[in-house]
Amino acid sequence: MNQQTTLGADTIGRLIQELNKLPGIGPKSAQRLAYYLMRAPQEQASQLADAILSIKQKIKLCSICYNVTDSDPCPLCRNEQRDHSVVCVVEQPQDILAIDHTGVYKGLYHVLHGAISPTEGVGTNDVKIKELINRLQDNSVKEIILATNTNLEGEQTALYLNQLLSPLGIKITRLARGLPFGTELEYADDATLTRALEGRQQL
Amino acid sequence: MPRPRNYQTEAIIIKKTKLGEADRILTLYTPDLGKIQAVARGVRRPKSKMAGHLELLTHSQVTLARGRNLDIIIGSQTINGFLPLKTDLWLTSYGLYVTELVNQFTADHIEDETLFRLLLDTLQALSETNNRELLLRYFEIHLLESSGYRPQLQECVTCHQPLEPVTNFFCASIGSTLCPVCGLNQSFARPISVNALKVLRFILGKDFNAVGRLKIDATLSDELESITRSYLKYLLEREVKSANWLDELKEQIKKSKG
Repeated sequence: MNQQTTLGADTIGRLIQELNKLPGIGPKSAQRLAYYLMRAPQEQASQLADAILSIKQKIKLCSICYNVTDSDPCPLCRNEQRDHSVVCVVEQPQDILAIDHTGVYKGLYHVLHGAISPTEGVGTNDVKIKELINRLQDNSVKEIILATNTNLEGEQTALYLNQLLSPLGIKITRLARGLPFGTELEYADDATLTRALEGRQQL
Repeated sequence: MPRPRNYQTEAIIIKKTKLGEADRILTLYTPDLGKIQAVARGVRRPKSKMAGHLELLTHSQVTLARGRNLDIIIGSQTINGFLPLKTDLWLTSYGLYVTELVNQFTADHIEDETLFRLLLDTLQALSETNNRELLLRYFEIHLLESSGYRPQLQECVTCHQPLEPVTNFFCASIGSTLCPVCGLNQSFARPISVNALKVLRFILGKDFNAVGRLKIDATLSDELESITRSYLKYLLEREVKSANWLDELKEQIKKSKG
């Protein structure tokens, strides 16, 4: 670090150090970005700086679905066109983007912000499960879609939620698990193939 | 002779941590290399060919390439995915508890084929037995034995007298039973009933086929759990995280019934 600051100006060294802290950015990438920004028009740099600052200042969690938003309730929860009787439970805000991009799903979401992971000490109080239960109290929701990841933590979270929610008498569904589009059958693992066979459909 | 660049081994995946954007560091328990850590590249991408073969609680045949620091997993094929374990909340939790204990009790690169077999058999038996709590006790006791902490259950550790069939004491810090007289002087000793002592001795001496046929009531089961837990906790000097999770689950079942 010292070497970098003596080689260039202190100001640019500072920027390199900051960029270096970002995920996936090594020292060389950080240097390249810093020198690019130095040469870039003033406008571009201030737009970037402004965008970075505003995610910290304006973004909060929606009080209904706990998605990240800059207005509360979030646009998804406010949208009257969407089906308010279906809630799709996901692990992270990014999952909403993926599901909504399909354009098939028109219901609402609930973001857990994590998955239960006993070995890493992530328990039921560390994800937004209580908030989900509270949301279901007014009986307006008719179906819960569990769209947690299909890894062990996601599965466990889904199983746990199923156990917790089944007494409420709401229909609980889980996203189908099978072969992803564009894969080759020979590399599929037993778990995936078993479920793909179980969930086969008539053409 | 130079070491070959690639090697293959059976392994049970006992821990995973995220690395970078799409990679993971996996902790593998193997029969002939002991516990090893290895990097699995790209397994967090949806189209990863290896991801399904490298999930926790999976018994796989893995191919590794020697890396500068950690070895890299270049291929993997499931031998047994223990599917029943992954579709039941309790079984998953039990499985995670068992693997967490193995991870905490072992050091890297020390092979122990007996322990590997114990882990494999336990994961298999979990989905087959109705006596799950007793299976966990069986696993704990035999894990302790293979780690050199076999509890001494025959005589009083202080006065070396054989134990009478009365309520004796068990002391986690010594790992041994104490007679009622000596037990009173040991501040960390806890009472152990005649039946609990009998079951523990039986577990130490028999294989699980015999132990699994034992019928024990809930009170005795709880006593056994609390004895082994206290001993494990003393030895590890920290909480077993998945044990806390099991407690939380049990608590919830109680709440929903009452």
